Amino acid sequence: MAVIQSKAKDEVSDELALVHAAKAGDIAAFEQLVKRYDRNVFRIAQHITQNREDAEDVVQDAFLKAYENLEQFQENSKFYTWLVRIAVNESLMKLRKRRTDKTVSLDQDIETEEDTMPREVADWSPNPEQLYKQGELKEILTKTINGLPASFRTVFVLRDVEGLSTEETAEALGLSIPAVKSRLLRARLQLRERLNKYFKMPKKGTDGAQ
Amino acid sequence: MTCKEFLKELTDYLDDSMDESTRAELEDHLQWCHNCFVVCDTTKKTIEIYRGSEMYQLPDDLRTRLETAIITKCKSKKKTNPS
Repeated sequence: MAVIQSKAKDEVSDELALVHAAKAGDIAAFEQLVKRYDRNVFRIAQHITQNREDAEDVVQDAFLKAYENLEQFQENSKFYTWLVRIAVNESLMKLRKRRTDKTVSLDQDIETEEDTMPREVADWSPNPEQLYKQGELKEILTKTINGLPASFRTVFVLRDVEGLSTEETAEALGLSIPAVKSRLLRARLQLRERLNKYFKMPKKGTDGAQ
Repeated sequence: MTCKEFLKELTDYLDDSMDESTRAELEDHLQWCHNCFVVCDTTKKTIEIYRGSEMYQLPDDLRTRLETAIITKCKSKKKTNPS
């Protein structure tokens, strides 16, 4: 544990050194930051925009914006959290452009009882992800997560897929901690409910999902 | 503790961010409520499956192309905005 903590500390100070060098005009240092985080930014952008071309644009635009505004970065949070905030905003802008209703917002919080009350409770097969081939599984997971409202999907992706802490997720999204927790709970429970039909234990006497 | 109360605390329980006495109350509820046990277990699996899914990997060739484009643009910004 101590080794992990010390490694994380090293990464933060190393990151800060790269940020300082980049602020002083060292493009090679900024390039290191790009290489460190471009895969994460791409993943986040594609989860939010649900579109590959948009995600490619977001990666470029987010890093360019970060570079141009590096002086504004106050260093009281991690560089990565600041970068994620830029990437999420760019992604939401792309999403709004593609939607005709233009109402995509992180402030949406559709609170209803059925969001949290499970409709179906069934045991899942042991290692349910092994019921499907890799490609099929990805298709199921994509379809399922894309069915969530953008505000829930974004919180789930940052917190559970990318592993940001609740506090970092709140900071990156400009939300309060209770708002992050509330959306995260709903996102997790809705995904669980939707995955039931693919992963639940087959009833005795049937072949089950293959 | 009711099932509704249990569900309200589920996120903190799964994230291991709660005090000992609340945790003990939730674990007591899980001992006898099979429905909540299943919901808790399958929600945990949902998170694990997504975390391990490797969705939306950035292919190497596209990654190189994006990195080159970003750095080229940064360099031209630097030239047009000398500090």
